[in-house]
Amino acid sequence: MGKKILALLLAGATLLAVTACGPSASNAAAESASAGESSSQAASEEAPAEGAGIPADQIKVGFVYSSAHNDEGYSQAHDIGRQAVEAMGIETAYVENVAETNEACESAIRNLIDQGCNVIYTNSFGFMEATANCAAEFPEVKFGHCSGYTTAENMNTYFGKIYQARYLSGIVAGMKTQVNRIGYVAAMPIPEVIRGINAFTLGVRSVNPEATVEVIWTNTWYDPAVEKQAALEIINTGVDVVAQHQNTTAPQIAAQERGVYAVGYNMSSPDAAPDAYLTAPIFNWDKFYTADVQRVIDGTWTGTKIWDGLETGLVDLDTLTANAPEGAQEAVDTAKEQIISGELHPFAGPLTNQAGEVVVPEGTTMTDDEIWNMNWFVEGVVGDIPA
Amino acid sequence: MSQFITSLELFLQLSAQMGTHVLFAILGGILCEKVGNLNLGVEGMMLMGASVGFATGLSTGNPLVSVLAAGIAGAVGALIYGVITVTFRGNQVVTGLALTTFGTGVSGFLGQSLSGQALPETITNFFAAYTVPVLVDIPIVGRMLFEQSAYVQAALICAVVLYIYLNKTYIGLQARAIGENPAAADASGINVTAYKYLHIVAGGFLCGVGGAYLSLVFVPRWQDNITAGAGWIAVALVIFSTWNPLKAILAAYLFGILRGVGFKMQNVGIGGTDFKIPTQLLDMLPYLATILVLVFMTLRKKKENQSPAALGNAYFREER
Repeated sequence: MGKKILALLLAGATLLAVTACGPSASNAAAESASAGESSSQAASEEAPAEGAGIPADQIKVGFVYSSAHNDEGYSQAHDIGRQAVEAMGIETAYVENVAETNEACESAIRNLIDQGCNVIYTNSFGFMEATANCAAEFPEVKFGHCSGYTTAENMNTYFGKIYQARYLSGIVAGMKTQVNRIGYVAAMPIPEVIRGINAFTLGVRSVNPEATVEVIWTNTWYDPAVEKQAALEIINTGVDVVAQHQNTTAPQIAAQERGVYAVGYNMSSPDAAPDAYLTAPIFNWDKFYTADVQRVIDGTWTGTKIWDGLETGLVDLDTLTANAPEGAQEAVDTAKEQIISGELHPFAGPLTNQAGEVVVPEGTTMTDDEIWNMNWFVEGVVGDIPA
Repeated sequence: MSQFITSLELFLQLSAQMGTHVLFAILGGILCEKVGNLNLGVEGMMLMGASVGFATGLSTGNPLVSVLAAGIAGAVGALIYGVITVTFRGNQVVTGLALTTFGTGVSGFLGQSLSGQALPETITNFFAAYTVPVLVDIPIVGRMLFEQSAYVQAALICAVVLYIYLNKTYIGLQARAIGENPAAADASGINVTAYKYLHIVAGGFLCGVGGAYLSLVFVPRWQDNITAGAGWIAVALVIFSTWNPLKAILAAYLFGILRGVGFKMQNVGIGGTDFKIPTQLLDMLPYLATILVLVFMTLRKKKENQSPAALGNAYFREER
């Protein structure tokens, strides 16, 4: 009998250890714990007057990440932004590895509000509903949600026109490929990914009209083993450059192992696969987060939809490595200038779909809404959009 | 035609790589279940092995020490399970589930400091694929077996050794007896507790080694929750392989093949038609196959294919 009780205790202790190791909340400014407590009071009791700014020392910014803050990809790119906010002398905190369910996200947000955060950013599409719910429940807290479409008086939504940078990376890949076949490891068949594939393909074909871009779907944002297998499968078919819309460096490592080239994503990662890495379309989230927090300080913050491009530097093309083809730098620089000046728009007509039908006639350009909701492939993409 | 064969060879080669961590885990599961203990903690032990193996690789740069450390991490997880289920006769299902959550948490905790770091070349070179001359030219399977990382081949050797151990040696026979009827085994003078511990811990060792294949060889980086459910598939495939280490090879590689077929199916319709199998359906296949095997086993009642009779039951000597 005594043994049974001991067994139960042991099992209980194991479970306790488990709960303790769940999604970890880290107070990035632990040293000023007492200050955090007092600002928690401020957040819950006195909502600032309409239109008035909040002094920097009364702001604490919280972040909810869908993966680890140091995942070498999506969330780490956001965390660099958080560090930039910290460098402004503003307290920050984050919760990482949050599952994309309403329960998990709301509990992470509450955790941050308990820590005294009065500005909260959630970095994944799946957090949209939870963020909107919390925005309604905590009107005194300002929320930002990345990559969605819901806004509220105290909730903005923000994203970068990464398709502009993808277009530029397509130029590099198009000049690099010898066999005129490029692989693209893609996560989910949603407009964000489709738009990226199209922009990349248009970039490729702007310098290499013969080339095709072959898409392979993984149905996951984050699974290093599956991403690598997908990359290897497509490399096995003979492509010599692999691009990706995935959150890990696994496709780049696959390219390195097979002696082909890779275009990364999210953040600069030349060290993961030094012989394969050409460049990557990257987010400089620091540009957004510092500007957005500054708007909170100035009192100019509003719950709007923010979609910045190359002009603010929120999106950019990573520095080309020595693996990049000759002349690519010049071609990229020219295109970048033209995109910023408005002279060149990746989604300006004429654009044809895979069947060769003109969808966007010459002389017209797709609107932001049309680009945002894109659900068809341009000519040059090989592959289907699964239903 | 030769182009088709080449692509088939490449496909099988990759499928074997995608099945290796699963193969180790199935073998670990078989060892454990053969002595009558159902361990649902496979995923947890794999993750513990993956994180500890990677951490050891980073700090020592020694490939074999890393694998050993990974195995020991898995074995420690199994030991916890063993103490609770064998000595204290706790519920095996609950304990196994707790071990999975525990292992996931431990690996996530350890992994905080491991992300973004690359393994030293001593390790990546050691586990890089190498080619065995002549043998690699065997049609179809040559590349799959002889142009691989030593880790992949080690898994195959492991399976063969385990098969011989369980079916051709006296100790293996004793171990199997415990899984069938521990009371009878005890009466015949077999130390049931010692055998159970030994096989549970050895099974955990294999699971840990399997997890480390992902972090040391296949990926090879630390990523949170790197196994992404492979441990659960292994638990199902133990049944699919009918507790036979040789069939485990088939089960594991079939799993790798199915994943690969999923990718191949995306852009090609079946038989030149537009009909395509959704990848979600293909992802379900390992589980569907397992259920089917279970049903057939129950219907056919073939003795050697049955699960160990005492699987899942704690052994009380007093109740003999």
